[in-house]
Amino acid sequence: MKGIHYTISILTIVLFFSCCETEKKRMFTDEFDRSEVLTFWADDIIIPAYEQYVSDLQSLSDQVTIFYDDSSLEQFDLLKDNWLSAYKSWQHVSMFAIGQAETNEIRKYTNIYPSDTELIESNISSGVYNLMLPSNFDAQGFPALDYLFFGVADDAASVIAIITEDAYQQYIIDIVSNLTSLSEAVLNDWKGAYRAEFIANSGSSATASFDKMANDFMFYYEKFFRAGKLGIPAGVFSGSANGQSVEAVYSRNYSKLLFDEAFKSVQQFFNGVSFDGSTEGPSLDVYLDYVQGLTEGTDLKKAINDQWAIAASAAEEHLQDDLKALVDDDFIAVLTVYDEIQKAIVLLKVDMMKQFCVQIDYVDADGD
Amino acid sequence: MNTLLRNYRAKVTKAAPLAVFRILFGFLMFVSLVRFWWNGWIEKLYLEPSFHFHYYGFEWVQIPPGNWIYVLFIAAALSALAVMIGFYYRWAISMFFILFTYIELLDKTTYLNHYYFISILSFLLIFLPMHRYFSWDARRGDHIAAEYVPQWTVDSIKLLLAIVYIYAGLAKLNHDWLFNAMPLTLWLPVKFETPLIGFLMHERWMHYLFSWGGAIYDLTIVFFLLNKRTRVFAFAMVVIFHVLTRVLFPIGMFPFIMIFSTLIFFSPSFHQSILNRLSNLLSINIHRFNNKKTWRFGANKWHRLRAAVLILFFSIQILFPLRYLVYPGNIYWNELGYRFSWRVMLMEKTGYANFKIVNAQTGKRFYVENDDFLTAFQEKQMSTQVDFIIEYAHHLGEHFAAQGHEHIQVFVESYAALNGRMSQTYVKDDIDLLQVDQNSDYNELILPLNE
Repeated sequence: MKGIHYTISILTIVLFFSCCETEKKRMFTDEFDRSEVLTFWADDIIIPAYEQYVSDLQSLSDQVTIFYDDSSLEQFDLLKDNWLSAYKSWQHVSMFAIGQAETNEIRKYTNIYPSDTELIESNISSGVYNLMLPSNFDAQGFPALDYLFFGVADDAASVIAIITEDAYQQYIIDIVSNLTSLSEAVLNDWKGAYRAEFIANSGSSATASFDKMANDFMFYYEKFFRAGKLGIPAGVFSGSANGQSVEAVYSRNYSKLLFDEAFKSVQQFFNGVSFDGSTEGPSLDVYLDYVQGLTEGTDLKKAINDQWAIAASAAEEHLQDDLKALVDDDFIAVLTVYDEIQKAIVLLKVDMMKQFCVQIDYVDADGD
Repeated sequence: MNTLLRNYRAKVTKAAPLAVFRILFGFLMFVSLVRFWWNGWIEKLYLEPSFHFHYYGFEWVQIPPGNWIYVLFIAAALSALAVMIGFYYRWAISMFFILFTYIELLDKTTYLNHYYFISILSFLLIFLPMHRYFSWDARRGDHIAAEYVPQWTVDSIKLLLAIVYIYAGLAKLNHDWLFNAMPLTLWLPVKFETPLIGFLMHERWMHYLFSWGGAIYDLTIVFFLLNKRTRVFAFAMVVIFHVLTRVLFPIGMFPFIMIFSTLIFFSPSFHQSILNRLSNLLSINIHRFNNKKTWRFGANKWHRLRAAVLILFFSIQILFPLRYLVYPGNIYWNELGYRFSWRVMLMEKTGYANFKIVNAQTGKRFYVENDDFLTAFQEKQMSTQVDFIIEYAHHLGEHFAAQGHEHIQVFVESYAALNGRMSQTYVKDDIDLLQVDQNSDYNELILPLNE
């Protein structure tokens, strides 16, 4: 009797193997190597992007010194150019809230908008402030500089007159130096021990680099790209559009530029295009292909890129450089673009994340 | 037939298996509750969320105010210990059943089949003579103590385990599980770090092996456990199967509970020897319990009531998992009749639900940020289950009405993806959910699954 049962169980196991014989053609011979993806992200996207950002901030910082030596209109224009370059570079590093960037919360000190201009003014007039306090998140970074360079007066000469006052000068120097030190801390971490740590953490747990990056990407796309740049100004979550809450509201003409830059960085990251655009490597797209080879699912990579192409052309058609004016005049146009950006969320958050088996905002409770 | 039944009812066995079961159950429950607290889940699952999803008919179960939830957990843990040592057993197990079930009813988000299993098992244990042997109560004298109990009392625990396993097995006999190896095809490849077998996890045949193996295991294990000749082999399978699931998936204490529960299938002498060793270890004189007495099920009205309760209990256990048959559509898609029917690890369903608040008069609209109201875990559960969506929509309606909004309508744009299929619209997006009665049949709200 005993023998029979063992025979049955062995038979069933043999049966499994043989019934899968026809599946052989679908079998994967090589495993997906996550550390390859992580290496590409670190070496070809994140570190070069941070190097560019830190170097742009250095130029900005130098230009601040030059400007306070020679407060001419020409030097002021150069100062604003440097501010814009650094702001654009920021769009390429904002999403990587991992490692030191997660610890020092660089994003919150760098680009929380709309700025609290009353707080900025009261900080300046009292001269007593601690920029590291959370209460000062919205009184610093690029949005505060946007206000100080473009919003304190109507014409450049009057702006110069104001921001060359000692208290203003000190505040601007403090903001720039805070931006610089935070970004240098992140870059030094990447160039130091963190790169190896990041790549070595190639497993598939909630704290593994791949899972964290996938979640960071999703969070950035949803909160900072979709909601921050378009959704909140267009009143998606409040019911009333508010042009004052666009990014770079005081300089007026750069909101779309910054949006485009962020959109580009999102697509580059997903498709594994290096920061300088010269090479391609494995990223979320390749992993999607790998998993879909197993499930024979729809070509999700194509679906996502197709949707982004639609969104990009909608942005070209409907958005304008002065996004504040557009929101105030015709927020429906902004909503049209928002809707196309939004459609990709379903593909990313539902279809892509399920393929990765990455839990969104992991909860460590039991399952069954 | 009647004689058969009468003979079976008269059959007696040693009380030792029940005593071992009681000790292990009490111990594991105590550990589970301490672990739950230790992991910070009381705060995370019950205190941090500002809103809780309720079970139909149990809307009155609310999070106790202040620190009383901790008292609830302490009381439940202490009653588990009292069950373990058999201290005022009937009170202890009743307390445990009530407290544990109350905790589970606090929020539907945390529903797990194994919590449900514990609830109904502890209910069953109220009516069984678990404390007649090797217990604090039995020390108090021969009016409680009994060395022998009716065979059916031991068998009723086996029956409950059989129901769980066989229904779990039947649920696996579906197209996705058997022929697409879903959802294991999605879950296993990321387990490449598993010791020994990790490098095989992306292999297609592994997904089929696990799917078919799991189904056959669930369907047949009880029969192999019942048969004396295959029992040891079957128990080895139980251990391997549950340890494997423990390694691969985040299922907490459940594997241990199942492994220890299946010991009930072993012979009385096996349990007797466990107790003999335990009493040696603890220097307890086990002979005082060996009083040759048999506890019998009498004919008085309490015993009759008890019999009626048990018959009703098992009828419900057998019928309740089948209720999905009255609902049309794919049970994995609409989840009508999904809970309380031993559908374990059967699907990968992800979703996304975006709620739109509309002023019916002005047409003004805005969208809700779900994380203003729900935790990430709640949002995940909500977005794939229609009853959650309706309850949440009503909550949003009340919230915005309290804020002074008028003529509120709540619509949802929801998408879900089942077992590797592409996402598709889940709930109809043109229905004002506030007009949907929270207790009605939701089936017509759900768009059919496109295969």
